[in-house]
Amino acid sequence: MMGRVLLSLAFMALAGSAWAEMPGTCQVAEHLIERDFPLPKVTRALAAKQLDILVLGAGSSQLPGPNGVKNAYPARLQAALAELFPGVAVKVTTDVSSRRTADQMVKTLPPALAAAKPALMIWQTGTVDAMQSIDIDQFKAALDRGINIARSAGADVVLINAQYSPRTESMIALGTYAEIMRWVALQQEVPIFDRFSVMKLWADFGTFDLYSATKKLDIAERVHDCIGRLLAGLVVEAAKPDEPHAEGVR
Amino acid sequence: MAPVTTERDLRLDLFRGIALWLIFLDHIPSNAVSWITIRNYGFSDATEIFVFISGYTAAFVYGRAMREHGFIVASARVLKRAWQIYIAHVFLFAIYLAEIAYVAHSFSNPLFTEEMGVLDFLQNPDVTIFQALILKFKPVNMDVLPLYIVLLLWFPPMLWLLIRVPSFALAGSALMYALTWWFDWSIPAYPHGVWVFNPFAWQLLFVFGAWCALGGAQRLARWINSPVVIGLAAAYILFAFGIAMTWYFPRLAMFVPHFVSDAIYPIDKPNLDVLRIVHFFSLAVITVWFVPRDWPALRSRFFWPAIVCGQHSLETFCLGVFLAFAGHFVFTEVSNRLLTHVIVSVSGIAIMVAVAALVSWYKRIERKGPGPRPPSIKPGYAGGGA
Repeated sequence: MMGRVLLSLAFMALAGSAWAEMPGTCQVAEHLIERDFPLPKVTRALAAKQLDILVLGAGSSQLPGPNGVKNAYPARLQAALAELFPGVAVKVTTDVSSRRTADQMVKTLPPALAAAKPALMIWQTGTVDAMQSIDIDQFKAALDRGINIARSAGADVVLINAQYSPRTESMIALGTYAEIMRWVALQQEVPIFDRFSVMKLWADFGTFDLYSATKKLDIAERVHDCIGRLLAGLVVEAAKPDEPHAEGVR
Repeated sequence: MAPVTTERDLRLDLFRGIALWLIFLDHIPSNAVSWITIRNYGFSDATEIFVFISGYTAAFVYGRAMREHGFIVASARVLKRAWQIYIAHVFLFAIYLAEIAYVAHSFSNPLFTEEMGVLDFLQNPDVTIFQALILKFKPVNMDVLPLYIVLLLWFPPMLWLLIRVPSFALAGSALMYALTWWFDWSIPAYPHGVWVFNPFAWQLLFVFGAWCALGGAQRLARWINSPVVIGLAAAYILFAFGIAMTWYFPRLAMFVPHFVSDAIYPIDKPNLDVLRIVHFFSLAVITVWFVPRDWPALRSRFFWPAIVCGQHSLETFCLGVFLAFAGHFVFTEVSNRLLTHVIVSVSGIAIMVAVAALVSWYKRIERKGPGPRPPSIKPGYAGGGA
């Protein structure tokens, strides 16, 4: 933990201007965001002033309650991108329902892609696979299959791994599956939003209290807001749009 | 073939004790102190040490029993040990059930609705508990004892073979390891997936430990003391260290050529990846070079805490699993500050040492005490049985 804290402080000191609009609480984890692989379809979509994104995910891509959709990270991502690119029509659609493994998501993926025709598919998975101890090779194969399907449908891909969930840590081997996703992302050369490490850092720093037993939604909403903003930052950095975007908008 | 030495090698107890401490530290989720454990600095971890030394001591103890009292008696003792380990595993499972029933009862957070689904199995405990009793349902971090049980169950014929034709037995073990990789052999788990530690693969390390105990170590001595081997081992450890650093500083991964990363990943722990075995062997070679068998410090007070834990490994291991649960409980319920991590880690190890010392004392007085109980066959060996 000490190592991570020191590292984070070092990176915070070096933080670039693209992150200036980020609330400090989210910013803590920005150095963990992988953005070395390009998103050419997104670059083209931004140039054409229309960016369609499909979020494919399970239960941790949504929030309960009447305002759940508005406050969950897909909608927060859309808001953050719209703010960064005032001239671009940004639309985020979702294919999200809980308790789905990667394999189950891939099965219904082609129609979802055909309906949304996205330039980018953001794929959150890994939690349910870890809970069900799905065979590692099968999980990896499902990831590869999903990425290939999205690519042949003309979409770039960004992966999101599991949430860091301290209370259930002794019951779900999330780390193994999060790691496999990092490895698949590297092999397939797609950016990964390492949500597991990001949230772990927030827990270590005390940025968000992920331990508290509560029925209230305030922390959950702030976490999703940060995830949406960090994701937007990742998309911008990876897509490297030709025209300057609205930096530093607050 | 008779083992050349008869005196217990304290290095085994020392390193098994240390391995048990490391396993404890690694089993507390998100424990900051687990940064010091070896799994962060190379491919292998404390599990390899534990399995190898367990094979070594099992052959040492039961090999003697087999020569002196025959196959039947020695096998009976091995199976009795496996039964004890099974009981210990079921006991730990009961504690695990209590912990998660508590979490299910007391914790809710809209952020983690999905993750809380893992507690659903509490709704049909009949199936879950049955699957746990037949070792198919194994909670996270409770995979070592089932592996150990299976390894002991087939140990009697293996030991018989090891005593008669050791090279043949070792070759057979290596062949099974190879076939496991070739045919993807594994043991199914409940509700999905396979055993986290595949016994068909991990038996290689256990049998290799046993082979070393029955004279193999003497045969290898010439090799492992050669400067070339020591140099290669050191180079490999450095290589693994370099790779491990890229896990924490992803930017360093740029310096790893593609063909290297394609060759080494993924590093398969369930099937005991060759990279892990070689890493363990390298560590063992370097350790044996630094720590000679007759090193006087082995009898000093400084190393006594680890040695006493290593001599009562089953008790210490189980206690470690329990303390890891308890430690995680403290992190979530009391405090998650760095200082808490240090206090929990240090006091956990202190408790393990204290209990191991108590068990040691208890076994001693039991042997001495009057009554119908015959004295144990060899003081000092029975306790560290396997």
